Amino acid sequence: MSEVLRMEHIAKKFGALTALRDVNLHLEQGEVLGLIGDNGAGKSTLIKIICGYHRPDGGRLFVNGTEMSLRSVDHARSVGIDTVYQDLALVNELSVYHNMFLNRERIRWPFLNNAKMRRLAKEHLDDMGVNIPDVTVEVAKLSGGQRQAIAVARSVYSDATILLLDEPLAAMGAKEGALILDLVHDLKRRGKVSIIIIAHNYAQVLDVCDRVNLLQHGEITFDKATSDTSMQELTDLVVSEYRTARARRS
Amino acid sequence: MSDDVKVVEPSGSTDSTGTTAQPKTRRILTLVRDTFLQRREASVLIVALALMAYFEYNRSIFLTQSNLLNIAQATAPIAIVATGIVLLLISGEIDLSVGMTFALAPFLMHYFADFYSVPAIPAILLSLIVAAGIGWLNGFISIVLRVPSFVTTLGTFYALQGFVLTTSHAYPAEIPKSMDGKIREWIGPPTGWSELIWAVAIVVFFQIVLTRTRWGLHTISVGGNIVGATEAGIKSRRIKIGNFMIASVLAGFAGIAEAFRVHTIDPNLGGGAQIPFLAISAAVIGGTALAGGSGTVAGAFLGALVLAELQNGFNLIGISANPYFLILGGAILVSMIANQYLSRLRRTGRT
Repeated sequence: MSEVLRMEHIAKKFGALTALRDVNLHLEQGEVLGLIGDNGAGKSTLIKIICGYHRPDGGRLFVNGTEMSLRSVDHARSVGIDTVYQDLALVNELSVYHNMFLNRERIRWPFLNNAKMRRLAKEHLDDMGVNIPDVTVEVAKLSGGQRQAIAVARSVYSDATILLLDEPLAAMGAKEGALILDLVHDLKRRGKVSIIIIAHNYAQVLDVCDRVNLLQHGEITFDKATSDTSMQELTDLVVSEYRTARARRS
Repeated sequence: MSDDVKVVEPSGSTDSTGTTAQPKTRRILTLVRDTFLQRREASVLIVALALMAYFEYNRSIFLTQSNLLNIAQATAPIAIVATGIVLLLISGEIDLSVGMTFALAPFLMHYFADFYSVPAIPAILLSLIVAAGIGWLNGFISIVLRVPSFVTTLGTFYALQGFVLTTSHAYPAEIPKSMDGKIREWIGPPTGWSELIWAVAIVVFFQIVLTRTRWGLHTISVGGNIVGATEAGIKSRRIKIGNFMIASVLAGFAGIAEAFRVHTIDPNLGGGAQIPFLAISAAVIGGTALAGGSGTVAGAFLGALVLAELQNGFNLIGISANPYFLILGGAILVSMIANQYLSRLRRTGRT
């Protein structure tokens, strides 16, 4: 296994507020890493550093073994790091296939090559096991899970090798969530894409991830393979954090 | 998962269960209803045809060639301006200043030709380039300086009006000699269909741009989800400012054609604020929503046609021009309410 992403001593401050103190994190080829932690632990700051949105104040970041300073989201994307946000970046008014090819349209100058995009979108979605009955339908008509699946499929299609999923299961029913988990399982089986999932639901994290990292107060305080931990342990960790904090206050 | 989304082929042929059991007429009716719901333009087309039938029934001169020419001449300038307005509305912006670009462009053409001795065609092109500059300025203020485009273009509307009135001393001017002949015949003759032909060509061209090119797709994207479009790497500023420029150039061209047709360059050409209001009305009646993300140029053309028919038909029947506005107001409200209802139907996939 080779390492696709490594972060050493990453720190980030916003004025007086220290969001990340000293983060050490690594991601292996084809691995699915679950990143958990309470609100305010620094999860979203960490993700925004990986995807090139924020620049860290200190520490080093390696992509595929090469040290890098990510200048922008576009730069991160050009080295294969892509994020699927909760807001999904899909245009509701456009069809599934137009969304799949947004800003990467296939052209038969001066026109859009709709037939080709339809065919490729269908092939790719089928290939990924995403079951969309008709790629010409507007995404506004699809369910939340299907939309998320299309957003993930689009990132994978655009040659992303490191995929960050920001709370992909939030606000999603059991059936919808299962759709996304299946998709992640499927990507894992193929092993081409490495994934970091940010999640609140520990059961789902344990189901789909190879390894779990817990972020507390700007540091990774826990790093174990899912097979070596349990629902109970994860819950205890977070609850004990809360208990000590309360004890300290009183 | 596939069972909680009902997807309908536009053809509507075999998807709903039990269609085969239905009698043929029923199936055709369903098909008509589905097309009707799917195609925004269909409803306004029916209104346009119904009005034609109604007015012809009441006044049989409605469909004579000379009256159709009147309708064509009233439709053309509004349809051309509305084309640009539709592109702007889809990308989530608006332009009120088109009313004054419409009046300014013929004056610029006159200034270039008569004061700077620029030949006819270059003078027209130069005034359209200035119009493009006005569009760019509208776009720059709205998109880069983040002033809402409604306010920006309200400002430029009055600024341009001031410019037109000051430079013309509020007096009409004559069409430059160099253009009063072949060129006038080509662009806006008093009798003849060339203005309508321009309008149709422009509408067809931009309908294709909207539905078949990257520019159109990106226009829809920045109006539908600006954050998402920008995240996907679409240059949203370029798209929006470009559409402001298109709207201004089209308004300038429509103004020049109209000045040729009425054979005078008037500071009040088109009635100032009437132009953007009628163009927005045409767009809205044609099925374009102000919220951005969707709209149709062909619909706006039909909207302009409906407005022209109403005005003309009322004249023929002998109703005074005043209730025309009552009907216009009602038409806008009814079409918007219907639009809301239809788009909810479309969204839930009931069509």
